[in-house]
Amino acid sequence: MAGITCKTALLNALTKCVVPRQLSTSSPAFLQLNVRDALNSAMDEEMERDERVFLMGEEVAQYDGAYKVSRGLWKKYGDQRVIDTPITEMGFAGIAVGAAFAGLRPICEFMTFNFSMQAIDQIINSAAKTFYMSAGFVNVPIVFRGPNGAAAGVAAQHSQCFGAWYSHCPGLKVLTPYNSEDARGLLKSAIRDPDPVVFLENEIVYGTPFDVSEEIMSKDFLIPIGKAKIERPGKHITAVSFSRSVGTCLEAAQELSAAGIDVEVINLRSLRPLDIETVVKSVMKTNRLITVEGGWPHSGIGAEVLSQIAESQAFFFLDAPPVRITGADIPMPYTKSLEEVALPRAQDFVRVAKKIMNVQ
Amino acid sequence: MCALSEETVVKMYKVMTQLNSMDRIMYESQRQGRISFYMTNFGEEGTQIGSAAALSSEDLIFGQYREAGTLLWRGFSLDQFMNQCYGNCEDLGKGRQMPVCYGSKGLSFVTISSPLGTQMPQASGAAYAFKRQKNGLCVICYFGEGTSSEGDAHAALNFAATLECPVIFFCRNNGYAISTPSREQYKGDGVAGRGPAYGIHTIRVDGNDVFAIYNATKAARDICVSENKPVLLEAMTYRLGHHSTSDDSTAYRSIDEVRYWDERDSPIARLRYYLVSKGWWDDAKEKVWKEQNEKEVLQASARAEKKLKPNWTELFKDLYHDMPQHLREQMQQMEEHVKKYEGHYQVKSFVK
Repeated sequence: MAGITCKTALLNALTKCVVPRQLSTSSPAFLQLNVRDALNSAMDEEMERDERVFLMGEEVAQYDGAYKVSRGLWKKYGDQRVIDTPITEMGFAGIAVGAAFAGLRPICEFMTFNFSMQAIDQIINSAAKTFYMSAGFVNVPIVFRGPNGAAAGVAAQHSQCFGAWYSHCPGLKVLTPYNSEDARGLLKSAIRDPDPVVFLENEIVYGTPFDVSEEIMSKDFLIPIGKAKIERPGKHITAVSFSRSVGTCLEAAQELSAAGIDVEVINLRSLRPLDIETVVKSVMKTNRLITVEGGWPHSGIGAEVLSQIAESQAFFFLDAPPVRITGADIPMPYTKSLEEVALPRAQDFVRVAKKIMNVQ
Repeated sequence: MCALSEETVVKMYKVMTQLNSMDRIMYESQRQGRISFYMTNFGEEGTQIGSAAALSSEDLIFGQYREAGTLLWRGFSLDQFMNQCYGNCEDLGKGRQMPVCYGSKGLSFVTISSPLGTQMPQASGAAYAFKRQKNGLCVICYFGEGTSSEGDAHAALNFAATLECPVIFFCRNNGYAISTPSREQYKGDGVAGRGPAYGIHTIRVDGNDVFAIYNATKAARDICVSENKPVLLEAMTYRLGHHSTSDDSTAYRSIDEVRYWDERDSPIARLRYYLVSKGWWDDAKEKVWKEQNEKEVLQASARAEKKLKPNWTELFKDLYHDMPQHLREQMQQMEEHVKKYEGHYQVKSFVK
């Protein structure tokens, strides 16, 4: 008894010590780049390429960004291109929209998307709807970006996921990068896009290094908006996720492969437009679907994916009811132990996967 | 008095009175069920035309909803106004907006947007863009004294000052925000009282004196364009009409009050007295113009009402730069459906 306890304790300790190298499924590694630097390099290159592109937000200039994502940009481009704003989200979102109306290409940073609620009228009623309401005369080439969803120990008002809120609205494009490749390619595409884009990052992954190839580091590396990526091919279960939860799925997939369950992990990359085609093809192959998200279950992304699958031919290929794994339906608690269980973990996925595979 | 030519001043008078006529006819059209909604500009004609005349035609206008006179000054035709109200196939907005939500890229007038005050920080942003582009233009942002209470207003003024944006914030203080009188809207010294607190050059003007408005706006524009600084202009005027066709202001103010302002301080009457005193106008001219004016407006209304509706496929367009796949499919399905059951749909009232 004591021996087993010691061994378990040792294993637990070892697992906590080792910093997990995130899995990358792109082309051969050339160097390591963390997500923060991926975003930084993307903005830098796009600002160099097009002088209409500029960045505005709280603390983005002299402070190098609240999370240092804009490090070095103010020094390089100066006051005209990197602007510190007074503290009013509704104010600077409105200003950014006005600048876009008049021909500039703003990147409007929210310190966290939780604060974007104070600006949501400008985002929805002005940015999203103007092209339609102006009958195609006025487009709004703006990118709203910032951290979204759970962070660590910042509680209810700093941890909400806005994927469902913004992807609900026609007129917006909503992107959710997972790794550094996504961060670079999607942000560059977003900045070059003529439509308003909501770019939902994740603060916890900012510091995580990923392998990146020479191609990913090239100045014109763009990821097309509206295409999901199969991060890990598999044949037994389709896992659909986005942002940080993709990492959770990959972690679970690794554990499940030891039990002989082969999980196909799809990184949505884009919530609107949603690449349901990739999911449909996958489910027709695997016959099982699990969605994973950090946000709340009610009217969430999982709800949307499941509905669209039910409306598609993939419905007839399901061998088990599809399952949504989501964050707990409560405002995020502050207590660390509670926060951990309020978000989907790899073990939750493993448990659900085994259940729908009828495996012990 | 400013040295404006007879031609310019007579044009001012004609545009103010044509705005007045158009408002009368369109208000009635709503009452008769021909259009769904309308907002008049009664009492504020001087404020609108005076300021519009002082700007360059390419200065960008962000309006609230009671600035049709500025668009009329710039050359938006009666037909274009009414096409928008009727939402017909010649409406630039393709029938997507409520009446009076005009927009014209060609005349540098940003499409009217309903949420109050949101145009204010946008105006600051657009002015910032103009400064970057060094195009010698300014932005003018109209808003009511009620809208000045919105959070966006504070942000816009503060930003324009800190970012040094060439924007004129033009407050139409017309005494009412629907039923809320200005004495309940603020307890400070109006909207002008706030300007210096932001570090913004500020002036309060008699809104019903078209020349005072002209001069003040011109001076404001010069400051904006030469110094890249914002200016706050508070025009004191009076809303003679109801807030909109959904309002009956007799519920909250006396007819005597309205009559007082109409008789004692009408911008149209004041300008006419000036014109007559200069020998540039008389009763005969008034009679001729009145008839011509009303005839033009009535004819334009009749034309607009008869035009077909925009093609119904416009429903699906202009959401994104490229039409998304799912909308393309839905539009196709609808097209097939309508073709099959043509007899059941009023296809003939839509343009092909």
